[in-house]
Amino acid sequence: MSVTREEVAKIASLARIRMEDAELDRMVPELNNILDWVEQLGEVDTSGVEPMTAVIPNTLRLRDDVVDAIPETSGGRRDDVLANAPAAEHGFFGVPKVIE
Amino acid sequence: MEKYRIQGATGEWEVVIGLEVHAQVTSNAKLFSGASTAFGAEPNTQVSLVDAAMPGMLPVPNRECIRQAVRTGMAIEAQINKWSRFDRKNYFYADLPQGYQISQLYHPIVGEGQLVIEADEKAGIPEDKIIGIERIHVEQDAGKLMHDQHPTMSYVDLNRTGIALMEIVSKPDMTSPAEAGAYVRKLRSILRYVGSCDGNMEQGSMRADVNVSVRKVGSSELGTRTETKNVNSVRFVMAVIEQEARRQVDLIEDGGSVVQETRLYDPDRNETRSMRSKEDAHDYRYFPDPDLLPLELEDSFIEECRASLPELPDAKRQRYENELGLTPYNARELTAEVETFGRFETLLSATASQIGKPEAKVATQVANWALSVAPGVMKSLGDEADPANATAEAQAKILAMQDKGEISGGQAKEIYEHVLRTGGDPEAIADEKGLKQVSDTGAIEEAIDGIIAANGDKVEEYRGGKDKLFGFFVGQTMKAMQGKANPAVVNQILKDKLG
Repeated sequence: MSVTREEVAKIASLARIRMEDAELDRMVPELNNILDWVEQLGEVDTSGVEPMTAVIPNTLRLRDDVVDAIPETSGGRRDDVLANAPAAEHGFFGVPKVIE
Repeated sequence: MEKYRIQGATGEWEVVIGLEVHAQVTSNAKLFSGASTAFGAEPNTQVSLVDAAMPGMLPVPNRECIRQAVRTGMAIEAQINKWSRFDRKNYFYADLPQGYQISQLYHPIVGEGQLVIEADEKAGIPEDKIIGIERIHVEQDAGKLMHDQHPTMSYVDLNRTGIALMEIVSKPDMTSPAEAGAYVRKLRSILRYVGSCDGNMEQGSMRADVNVSVRKVGSSELGTRTETKNVNSVRFVMAVIEQEARRQVDLIEDGGSVVQETRLYDPDRNETRSMRSKEDAHDYRYFPDPDLLPLELEDSFIEECRASLPELPDAKRQRYENELGLTPYNARELTAEVETFGRFETLLSATASQIGKPEAKVATQVANWALSVAPGVMKSLGDEADPANATAEAQAKILAMQDKGEISGGQAKEIYEHVLRTGGDPEAIADEKGLKQVSDTGAIEEAIDGIIAANGDKVEEYRGGKDKLFGFFVGQTMKAMQGKANPAVVNQILKDKLG
């Protein structure tokens, strides 16, 4: 498996990462090297082996349906939530106008 | 009624419809955090550090949201997947702080199911129809954007961010706007019976993405479809299908072709338009969310979900018809909404115990009262009626008096008017206002004797075979009794006396 220059440019754009032409020139072979390296795993015969879904033998824990039980995962902390926003007004985040 | 067809210049076209309904799960807290889901709070006051996607925060699923999705799946007779998993759907938008939505693409919690839309001759649905459901998965809702509050900025409120949604994906089994409308109404009814979604479309608790394609009648291939997003009423769902089918037929017949794209509906202009800005939007690069282990459901959890399911709309409707003896129309009207059957069942039980008969014996009387008489009285009074006075107890007493023949149907309405205006005990009102029928045979016999004496000629004619005159005697007796005589008693005594 390998990626083309166009694919790398598109992935960068989807991830909102700006890449200059020189960076793309460098990135394409680097990514393909990584893909080649990972491809080596294909040599292992995994027929009859269940796909691994997690590296720890544990099951998903669930939370109770309780509002604001512990501060770290509670609401009611608007100032904290807005503290790092480049723009905030009247309790809202302000972002450059996005309109359909 | 004929099948839904679009008349084109080159012939007849049919439409193929699939719906993705997003239903907000009824829960106190969000899907992956403890922030409240209450509607209408001040902006960003119900946002936790998890919802705001602060670094280092980890999602932990809310058991109640999982439970509601499973119960909903059971209500549409679907396969429940004991093993499911969450995936990341990646895209950038100002209403999604994580940069991805946690959803379930590859292994949804609920598999294939179905629901039945009922025959509705007038709407062009000649018989009951099964609509297949592909899957239900659980995912996070996004925040809300406001574009009209500032000249250069959009405002973002993340209160809705992270609230649990069920995405309920139908198969492309619908072929007319009416069927799609019936499907949304039926689904909404089931969700509200189950209690997994409040079904409030105005507040956005339920909204639909409408997939539409067209093909020539007789063709078995599917056309290219468009998806119109976030349609928030049954009426608009139907309008989108009409507009979109017409637009696609015109486009194809003019030599163009339908582009698979996302569209928006503009209710003011009643038209759909393309969301060109989302060209890349379908490149979501899904992958399993490494923050979440697979979701495995225990048998005991599944059993509890099943045991907690209420009687569902179809079963209830059948029971109303078969066990309570109601007409199909009454059964359907009463079971359509949770509130309607709730009030009916309370009143039915109160009336049955007041009268001392089994529910099945009084069900028809109660159904007619609940569906037509009581709403009629309420409507005629307008603002003068206080709905708080419309207690099951008062109504049951009125129905019991009517059942015993103490009051007529007209008197029942009059008594109920007084009850709605001022409250109070119906029996006391009936006594006080003289709203009772006379069942006292002595008084009625006296009146009838007088009438027979005064109308000797008519009595002869009646006895000579002119049966129709019976109505005349009933009329005269009721007049003499000022309309308050019990008609059953009057009929009986007249029959005896006239021979």
